[in-house]
Amino acid sequence: MGGWINFIQRAILQGTPLLFGSTGEILTEKSGNLNLGIPGIMYIGAISGVIGGFFYQSGTEYVNDFLAVLIPLLCCLFGSLLVSLLYCFLTVTLKANQNVTGLAITTFGVGFGNFFGGSLIKVVKSDVPYLALVDIAGAYKKTLPFAADMGDVGKLFFSYGFLVYLAVILAIAVSIFLKRTRAGLHLRAVGENPATADAAGINVTRYKYVATCIGGMIAGLGGLFYVMDYSNGIWSNNGFGDRGWLAIAIVIFATWKPIMAIFGSYLFGALYILFNYINVPMQVLPLIQMLPYVVTILVLIVVSIRKRRENQPPASLGLSYFREER
Amino acid sequence: MNALELRNVSKRFGSILANSHVDLTVKKGEILAILGENGSGKTTLMNMISGIYHPDEGEIFVNGEPAVISSPRDAFGYKIGMIHQHFKLVDVFTATENIVLGINDGRRYNLKEATKRVGEIAEKYGFEIDPRKKVYAMSVSEKQTVEIVKVLYRGADILILDEPTAVLTPQETQKLFAVLRRMRDDGKSIIIITHKLHEVLSLSDRVSVLRRGEYIGTVCTAETDEAALTEMMVGKKILLNIERTTPHDTADRLMVRGLKLFDQDGRAVLDDIAFTAKSGEILGIAGIAGSGQRELLEAIAGLQHLSEGEIIYHNPKTDKEENLRDKTPTQIRELGVRLSFVPEDRLGMGLVGNMDIVDNMMLRSYKKGRSVFVDRQPPKELAEHIIESLEVVTPGVTTPVRRLSGGNVQKVLVGREIAAAPTVLMAAYPVRGLDINSSYIIYNLLNQQKENGVAVIFVGEDLDVLTELCDRIMVINSGRVTGIVDGRTATKEQLGLLMTKTEGGAAHEKA
Repeated sequence: MGGWINFIQRAILQGTPLLFGSTGEILTEKSGNLNLGIPGIMYIGAISGVIGGFFYQSGTEYVNDFLAVLIPLLCCLFGSLLVSLLYCFLTVTLKANQNVTGLAITTFGVGFGNFFGGSLIKVVKSDVPYLALVDIAGAYKKTLPFAADMGDVGKLFFSYGFLVYLAVILAIAVSIFLKRTRAGLHLRAVGENPATADAAGINVTRYKYVATCIGGMIAGLGGLFYVMDYSNGIWSNNGFGDRGWLAIAIVIFATWKPIMAIFGSYLFGALYILFNYINVPMQVLPLIQMLPYVVTILVLIVVSIRKRRENQPPASLGLSYFREER
Repeated sequence: MNALELRNVSKRFGSILANSHVDLTVKKGEILAILGENGSGKTTLMNMISGIYHPDEGEIFVNGEPAVISSPRDAFGYKIGMIHQHFKLVDVFTATENIVLGINDGRRYNLKEATKRVGEIAEKYGFEIDPRKKVYAMSVSEKQTVEIVKVLYRGADILILDEPTAVLTPQETQKLFAVLRRMRDDGKSIIIITHKLHEVLSLSDRVSVLRRGEYIGTVCTAETDEAALTEMMVGKKILLNIERTTPHDTADRLMVRGLKLFDQDGRAVLDDIAFTAKSGEILGIAGIAGSGQRELLEAIAGLQHLSEGEIIYHNPKTDKEENLRDKTPTQIRELGVRLSFVPEDRLGMGLVGNMDIVDNMMLRSYKKGRSVFVDRQPPKELAEHIIESLEVVTPGVTTPVRRLSGGNVQKVLVGREIAAAPTVLMAAYPVRGLDINSSYIIYNLLNQQKENGVAVIFVGEDLDVLTELCDRIMVINSGRVTGIVDGRTATKEQLGLLMTKTEGGAAHEKA
């Protein structure tokens, strides 16, 4: 029993960055923007938070928990917003190819993170190749006071920092936004058929910008969570790994439904750490680690065979919108 | 009281005058039909009323007040709504979601209430609509209904319909007309663009006629008839002085019998088409755009799946008859049947825009030869030959085709197909968008082919050209042959009537 609870706990922690990433990407893709820069944006969100946290922690004697959370959070949102704006400017305003732009942003974001991460490690003259923001992490990992007294239930549901709950809340909020609000309807129309949306008087450019920027900021939080909570405030270069790509895979797995992304993220989180909990020879380990991607491919096959229109990507995903003019 | 009035409205696109000094009035509670051939400026005019284009000159009045309409949103503000020929709907949305799209009336977003209102509108005018049905599951007629309700939901008093019956079956057309009459009786003003005369006569209160962008006049439907309207539409004969030789040594080359073709929705696009194309002769095909010309040529070229009928090709080399229906497009090409198709999008079929002229020549010859490497010399010579003989304006043979002007692109395409020494040459709208000079080069090319004993099939839209260039003219209407006439004696009025008449609406009845 204890082992199971520990496994589920780890899976949820592992799945949370993925959930932020996939929720952000779903919101973005609903506007017709295929933002492959998400892995890079998550890196930038993480390093921006680390930079903010680092300066706050080294500039003050007594670390206030509230500020320790707020400053990195705002830095993270700001950093993610800037790159998302860059992506929008290139793809929406200049109508550059979305795939190329996204991949460039990912390459840029990873390099940006490693460069500033490496610089900070140099600044503190650390003799290990990482940077630790223990006090800040402590603030992020604060749980409800009664959680420790509730046994297994407490462990399973109440033992996490606030970002875990925020991820779920955001996913539900995006789902409600897309399904139940006028702006959500308009956003979906933009992603499906921008010409129709334009003719109906919807500002296509504005919807694309706002959705992509908010989506980018949500994804950036995934990077922040990874450093501050999951890694206990320790930044090491390339530590975030390929989680950004997994988040994009989850978008497909979830067939563009944020609620499905919650399950998908935790499932992928579980598959991601599965090898720690089963006894397999070292040689087959990579096969186990491959599972999330295999699942994604299976979902793609099943969805493609069933051909339900509701499960298809937004019809104009990846296409720049040119208003037809003579 | 005039619901809408246009005074002296003009619009030009570059050097083309799409509308020239048009005056138009629409009264409250009437149906006005706008009649005109293809390219007469009907749609451009309506787009100016609905805010898609802005007039270069002239004024628009709504309910007697001067109006500035610079966007579709402005048009809604004046209670003007347009139903386009190409529907603007989101496929994965329900009817209601599409109808409320873009409306921001400050009220709470409530789909249930909207669905109820859609139901009320449908009941008032007699629409059949399921508000919860997704658009992708709808028939064309249902989609059109959604478009009309969308406009009514926004409170439109002036409705513009751009060729609404082009996509409908006769039964659906009758239903639509019933709805439109009910809307008229409710005090709405309706403008309907069409080129089907019998619909004009049965539906409208008044008819305004446009010809080549010019306003010809308005008549009361009750006081006119088909012949008078046709004359207004096609105008007087203009002499072009295209050379036309008497065909000699003609022989039956292509015999088409009982051709039938259905589209995805099960409507007959081609219905019982039968004709014979002779060698040494130009057979013209006249018809309103979208009457099946494209499908017919594609069927002969082997690009369409025929439901019924046969296409017998008389092979001059072997003197045998072969049925093209059983052959692949490549086999048909090798027999010498050449399609130089010039669709609306010139680069869409036949040429690759990003490749240069030589590479585009090679698209037709890359399969020749046994070497792994292609021989670039012959296509290069061919490209140079075409540039010289057809006066193609280009910086060189290595310029990407998309950088050439439309007319030059067309010359490259037609030139390449003729170079293959065809036995049957099909050309659809080969002079569309060309200036006078280039047009005559193309006419001469076709005449040369005719002299060489090629069976030329020429799909055209300009009746003056058809009557001067072609030896025989076949008129098709809604996928049916309505007549084959002698090009030397045919008059424009005769062709115009054949193009627009429908025998009791049975022509496009579902099979």
